[in-house]
Amino acid sequence: MKPAAFDYVRATTTHEALEMLAQSGEDARVLAGGQSLMAVLNMRLAQPRVLVDISRTDELNAVRVDRDARRLVVSAAATQGSVEWRATLRDEVPLLAMAFPHISHFQIRNRGTVCGSIAHADPSAELPLVLTALGGEVLLRSKKKQRVVSANDFFQGMLMTAREPDELVEAVRFPLKQPGERFGFTECSARHGDFAMVACAAVVTNDAIQIAVGGVADRPKVERWPRLQGDDLRGALNDLSWKLGAQDDAHISAKYRRHLVRELGWRVIEEAK
Amino acid sequence: MSKSTPYVMRHGEQHAVTLTLNGRERSGHCETRELLSDFLRHELGATGTHVGCEHGVCGACTVHVDGVAARSCLMLAVQADGRRVDTVEGLAPAQTLGDLQQAFSRHHALQCGFCTAGILMSCADFLQRVPDPTEEQVREMLSGHICRCTGYTPIVAAVLDCAARRRAQCADTEAEHA
Repeated sequence: MKPAAFDYVRATTTHEALEMLAQSGEDARVLAGGQSLMAVLNMRLAQPRVLVDISRTDELNAVRVDRDARRLVVSAAATQGSVEWRATLRDEVPLLAMAFPHISHFQIRNRGTVCGSIAHADPSAELPLVLTALGGEVLLRSKKKQRVVSANDFFQGMLMTAREPDELVEAVRFPLKQPGERFGFTECSARHGDFAMVACAAVVTNDAIQIAVGGVADRPKVERWPRLQGDDLRGALNDLSWKLGAQDDAHISAKYRRHLVRELGWRVIEEAK
Repeated sequence: MSKSTPYVMRHGEQHAVTLTLNGRERSGHCETRELLSDFLRHELGATGTHVGCEHGVCGACTVHVDGVAARSCLMLAVQADGRRVDTVEGLAPAQTLGDLQQAFSRHHALQCGFCTAGILMSCADFLQRVPDPTEEQVREMLSGHICRCTGYTPIVAAVLDCAARRRAQCADTEAEHA
């Protein structure tokens, strides 16, 4: 339960971090909050040769609202706590405010970063689900170039993303709440703070329902429907529960996962209406 | 972006780490892979912080880093260089128990004590942020800790009691100044 040996680099600037990633590529891992990575290292599920610590890179520690582009921009080293305790978060990105209490525990959110959770891409994690539900974007940067990838294209499978080995998730962008949008979020886990068996997020407007489901497929999945009601909505949720390809695992059956998609899906949509 | 070459700390070598532990500057040496929890216990001798699961689930190793509760098993000692770290030892500076610890004692909120150091550090941070918590909020905060002795109920009572006494004391002080 101790990490294998590695070289450690404390990047003081973004340039330093990108330089190290350019040099080391797949041998390097970016250490931001470490709340997933350190556990992985302690269990020796990963044994990188180099750790690039960006937790003290001041220029990457920013949370700001871009009013013109109408989005909340969270940089790579900004902790989940620093976003969660933002007084204006409920008005800016209500879905994030609803999801934070479900993410592990506050002691973890104090150090865990938003971008780190996105880069880790656990299929049951809340932040990838919220980013996908809102149609957010990921900013990737390497020494050579910078590019913007939609959340939908960024998540490619279990712990797999569009990030190249020399790229840093420099920031993520959450669209601000639009007038008329209403939100719902809930999840089912064995204990509070545990990984979700199924997590659901809904964005409802006057003429559309958007539902995102995490914990079932190998990445968060989104569906867009008109304002379905009653049996039509139940039917659509049932179709979705089968479409996601739920599987049995050590904890719960595929059948129960489908049940959770139908029930939690119904609840978040009702909550958002 | 300023252009500078990063300093690489090599594996297998000993690196100096200096941090402020409970208000006192302390230094030690460690490898890059040494966890903060082990550094505190083995290098600095601060054995009040306990080590349970070593993957961030049990909460026993919770300390404060720059004033906020964090798992010391999910942080490298080299990351704590230049930081302020507070541990359970800091809650009883003059060898007398702090008010939170006294509340734990009154309510029998511990038995074996293994989880207690971490829980106290979480509660200390939590009560700074939420001075008037509900029972539900306290239970949610405690969900980040595993205690196999108490069943949590006396811990919840101790935290609520401590919070109530702090608020009463605060009100008294304000009345004196009025």
